[in-house]
Amino acid sequence: MNWLTRLIPTIGTSKSKSTVPDGLWSSCPACESVLYAPELEKSLFVCPKCDHHLRIGARKRLEMFLDGGAYKEIAADLITKDPLKFKDTKNYTNRVKDAIAASGENEAIVIASGKLESMPVIVAAFEFRFMGGSMGGVVGEKFVMGVEEAIKTKRPFVCFATSGGARMQESMISLMQMAKTSAALQKLKAQNLPYISVMIDPIYGGVSASLAMLGDINIAEPDALVGFAGRRVIEQTVRVDLPDDFQKSEFLLDKGAVDMIVHRKNLRLKVHALLSKLYKQK
Amino acid sequence: MNNIKQEDTNKYEQTFNERDQKFLEFEKPIQEVSEKISALKLADIGNPAIKSQIESLEKDREQLIKKIYSKLTTWETVQVARHPQRPHTLDFIKRIFTDFDELHGDRQFADDASIVGGLAYLNDKPVMIIGHEKGRDTEEKVRRNFGMPQPEGYRKAKRLMRLAEQFSMPIITFIDTAGAYPGIEGEERGQSEAIARNLAVMSELKTPILVVVTGEGGSGGALAISVGDHLSMLEYATYSVASPEACASIIWRSSDEAEKAAESMKVSASELKKINIIDEIIQEPLGGAHRNYDLTSEIIKKSLVKNLTSLQKLSNEKLIERRYQRLLKIGT
Ligand SMILES: [Zn+2]
Repeated sequence: MNWLTRLIPTIGTSKSKSTVPDGLWSSCPACESVLYAPELEKSLFVCPKCDHHLRIGARKRLEMFLDGGAYKEIAADLITKDPLKFKDTKNYTNRVKDAIAASGENEAIVIASGKLESMPVIVAAFEFRFMGGSMGGVVGEKFVMGVEEAIKTKRPFVCFATSGGARMQESMISLMQMAKTSAALQKLKAQNLPYISVMIDPIYGGVSASLAMLGDINIAEPDALVGFAGRRVIEQTVRVDLPDDFQKSEFLLDKGAVDMIVHRKNLRLKVHALLSKLYKQK
Repeated sequence: MNNIKQEDTNKYEQTFNERDQKFLEFEKPIQEVSEKISALKLADIGNPAIKSQIESLEKDREQLIKKIYSKLTTWETVQVARHPQRPHTLDFIKRIFTDFDELHGDRQFADDASIVGGLAYLNDKPVMIIGHEKGRDTEEKVRRNFGMPQPEGYRKAKRLMRLAEQFSMPIITFIDTAGAYPGIEGEERGQSEAIARNLAVMSELKTPILVVVTGEGGSGGALAISVGDHLSMLEYATYSVASPEACASIIWRSSDEAEKAAESMKVSASELKKINIIDEIIQEPLGGAHRNYDLTSEIIKKSLVKNLTSLQKLSNEKLIERRYQRLLKIGT
């Protein structure tokens, strides 16, 4: 806890809510610097002090990435039907309702058709605020619909993955989405259409071990954590302390898991440049 | 379903000496009767009175097994799937196939003994077999990392699958793992990529793939060799996105709730058949596969032969399209 987080509630309540939107001020999770929302927006949600890449929502990601922030959404209305009637301390259906309220999205992924530097592309963006970006049946289905749209319209496919992994509440249906999304990407490959996977902090488990790792080119944002097993699980299993950079972007680059690390401010142009080399627009 | 009659399933030919049989907590009543039988057998077996007492107790035991196993809870099923004497991939290979040549290594880093693979005959037809192997004694378990693969295990499996495709032979996989091994080296050597690549490759492999979940089907470590054209599960096998313990610690924040997690995740073969995740439940001998390796193998073999025959009628193009459509249906 730093001075700012203690201060924020006071700032928020002392002024009129109609003129000062909530969350105008925040602090950098990495360096604890005070961040001012309009400034942050300009810096693409990268801390101006320490360069930390803050987490952003799927829609914000798409707006930042695509020309004019414009896109057409694909399969926006799909909502999970709770196939296992999963119950823990709460019904899964209620959890989903909460997630919809918390994130403003119907599921943990948004699929968009838009343009990148005038190049038509299909883009998938995970929404981490929706149950940790976890992949269940609907996420897998929407991802595949995106890939199939790319095949149909002969466009490149780009995915911004950020996810805790396969969603427990749909167990085997979630696990099978790993195979389903990977199979769809193999179809895309067969058409010689490029797939660029951009890894956003964090990606674990079933999403890391399927669609995120299968890019023709794998890109990581700086300081992203990407791995199969979580740090805590590994520490408990092997009983050693892990180095600070374990599973971070630099580690991934060093171990050969990603082609490059790209700063958020360079991402649009870099992805476009790569696609231009791989793909001849028809 | 198999055609083996119930009478046949009662014919024991125990792989473990009766006195070495390990009993699960819920099998206590069976254990008590078994101990009585063993004690009597040590006594004068020539004595007709004792002999008839043994026979009567054996009948009791059979009834008891029938009764207990006819209504296993999900958690009890998990225990059977993990039974220390449950038959493993190598036990099945020995009994179902002939002339097995094990092939080793991923040609890149190492040979991972937690996944075994190789060439053999299934009724005189060459096949590629790949499966998890947990190991039997302590030394072997350690050597095989308790059946939890490293990246090189998946990569070896991928190499063998490509080999099978090249020489047009079907692939049969046996699934029995708690999951991928959560270690440092696995992450360094691209555990995620290794699993993902297998999923992609298996989706378009031009040869039939038959998958049998024989014990524990745990998470990505299981899935990495189980994308196929026919997915069957032994009656008391389990298959889930994470182990019940892992799911419990994620959802309930306590691994003590593993029992609840197992139920909620619907890990059993019967539940997974209901939601069409699997194609077939392979019935186990009375009281579980660990009570009769030979018969279990015989039943699996029948299923494999039958399903392979029907899959081999399809052209490769049809087979792959069918495989893709099967995946697309899940989760819609
Ligand atoms: Zn900062």
